[in-house]
Amino acid sequence: MVDQTDHSFSVDVASRGDIDSVQGLKAEARNLSFFYGAVQALKSVNMPVYDSRVTALIGPSGCGKSTFLRCFNRMHDLTDHTRYDGEILFHPDNVNILRKSVDPIEVRMRIGMVFQKPNPFPKSIFENVAYGLRVRGEKNRSELADRVETALRDASLWEEVSGRLDSMAFNLSGGQQQRLCIARALATGPELLLFDEPTSALDPNATANIEDLIHRLREKVTILIVTHNMQQAARVSDYTAFMYLGELIEFSDTNTVFTNPNSKQTEDYITGRYG
Amino acid sequence: MIRENPSQSSVGSGSIDPGSRFAHSVGRHVGERIIEVLLFLAAFSAVAVTIAIVAILVFESTEFFKHVSLVDFLTDTQWTIMFADKHYGVLPLLAGTLVTTTVALMLAVPVGTVTAVYLSEFANPRVREVVKPTLELLAGIPTVVYGYFALLMVTPALQWFMPDLPGFNMLGPGLVIGVMIIPYVSSVAEDAMRSVPASMREGSYAMGATRMQTSLRVVVPAATSGIVAAYILGISRAFGETMVVAVAAGQQPNFTWDPREPGATITAFIVQVALGDLPHGSLEYQSIFAVGLVLVLMTLFFNVLGHLARKRFREAY
Ligand SMILES: Nc1ncnc2c1ncn2[C@@H]1O[C@H](COP(=O)(O)OP(=O)(O)O)[C@@H](O)[C@H]1O
Ligand SMILES: [Mg+2]
Repeated sequence: MVDQTDHSFSVDVASRGDIDSVQGLKAEARNLSFFYGAVQALKSVNMPVYDSRVTALIGPSGCGKSTFLRCFNRMHDLTDHTRYDGEILFHPDNVNILRKSVDPIEVRMRIGMVFQKPNPFPKSIFENVAYGLRVRGEKNRSELADRVETALRDASLWEEVSGRLDSMAFNLSGGQQQRLCIARALATGPELLLFDEPTSALDPNATANIEDLIHRLREKVTILIVTHNMQQAARVSDYTAFMYLGELIEFSDTNTVFTNPNSKQTEDYITGRYG
Repeated sequence: MIRENPSQSSVGSGSIDPGSRFAHSVGRHVGERIIEVLLFLAAFSAVAVTIAIVAILVFESTEFFKHVSLVDFLTDTQWTIMFADKHYGVLPLLAGTLVTTTVALMLAVPVGTVTAVYLSEFANPRVREVVKPTLELLAGIPTVVYGYFALLMVTPALQWFMPDLPGFNMLGPGLVIGVMIIPYVSSVAEDAMRSVPASMREGSYAMGATRMQTSLRVVVPAATSGIVAAYILGISRAFGETMVVAVAAGQQPNFTWDPREPGATITAFIVQVALGDLPHGSLEYQSIFAVGLVLVLMTLFFNVLGHLARKRFREAY
């Protein structure tokens, strides 16, 4: 049995005095800056991620959306000469997951990710979804089978693949592969799921499927999604953040951002005047 | 071809363009044709040489098989072509080849694979910069040096553990061939692993996998076709290896599957006989071509196997 509560972070939990003030928050970036070598890609970003909600990140290409997203699961640790500055507090633990003493593997056990291009493993459909559980040491066959089925159902893929779980994942269509990657991420029961332009490689039909799915998933898991497509942000998200040149320009509920943005830059971007 | 062009240019110059520009494109066209022909000849020469070699092997072998029946050749368990009581059974040579190759692979496959995983997934660039050229150096040492290394160092060392091991045996040279082919196995396998897209590794890390889990559960399976190709290359190299066995295995065709015994391989026999002065056209002389043909067919078999394996495991990324 894989129990999420077993993966508590291996650092002292900071004072819980302010726990009430962070109610409803899954995570928050505080003065988060990020550097690729000498190049600063994020400039002191402050942003909340609300629990059980979908938050969309929009902004022109190269503004730092992916960079920001990949801070949340410490993906930048895999690249040399990168540096985080500031904090990402993760709740309910109220721990700064960017701290050196926090093991990035434990962070990734609780925060899943779906990438721009579907990236299934060269394994069967079943083994792709079971991957995270196996990595965590789960061996019980019936437990694996149950969790794989649940994840595939949650990713709306079960009906299409239940008869051929042993066939290679590469045989699926692009849209199915992306839903498989979502199932793979869901199987381990993450608390936060990061999506980096998950539909940019898909046709409109497959895109609509994934958007539906993301909208429904927010009952199970908090979602942070990067999208280059503003209609998509409007359709799937509860909150929207607009980024520009490494800075967070505006954060608000999606309705406000799209109908009555605070900042001139946001308005210009949304109305297609630049970007 | 060149002669046809003036007529074309006269058609063109009348309607479209002054002749000079047309003439220029004609020149370029001819130049390209010449290069194309040269490229074709270069490619064809390799094919032609291969065909010629196989043709000679087949032709000389048919002479051999006029005197020795194919059944005897394939079932007789003695190869005593140099003695008065002549037997022409290829099995001892085949067994010698397979035994030394198997011993070599039992060393080279695990060590080569682990080396490839380490270099591709774990080593930092500075370590890789030292290890890779060193490995390539290993492949550059003349094989006769390896032969004496097997005879004078490896076999005596093995005799520490196995006092009964004869001075000439197939185990020592087999292991040395294994060392020889490690660089081939590791470099082809490493290339295969390094060409696994970064997105696949990221997918694994994002699931909370460690570097070791990512290497063994994702990168190696994704690189299967290239790794199989590396093993096939290793097998071909071990099959064709001559000097190590000729020097250190005793040059005694011996039908046995026991690597501790002396033996001879197909290539070791060929070099042994070819170095002696055999009258052109004698049966002994022709036997070289018959066993050579067996070697070519076996190599061909493994290449086809490798090709099928690659198709079977072809990645879709
Ligand atoms: N590995 C890297 N090394 C150096 N600079 C990078 C790297 N990745 C991204 N950048 C730079 O960081 C900035 C933000 O990139 P990114 O986060 O990918 O933008 P977005 O996802 O919004 O299109 C860009 O200017 C980009 O050139
Ligand atoms: Mg991006």
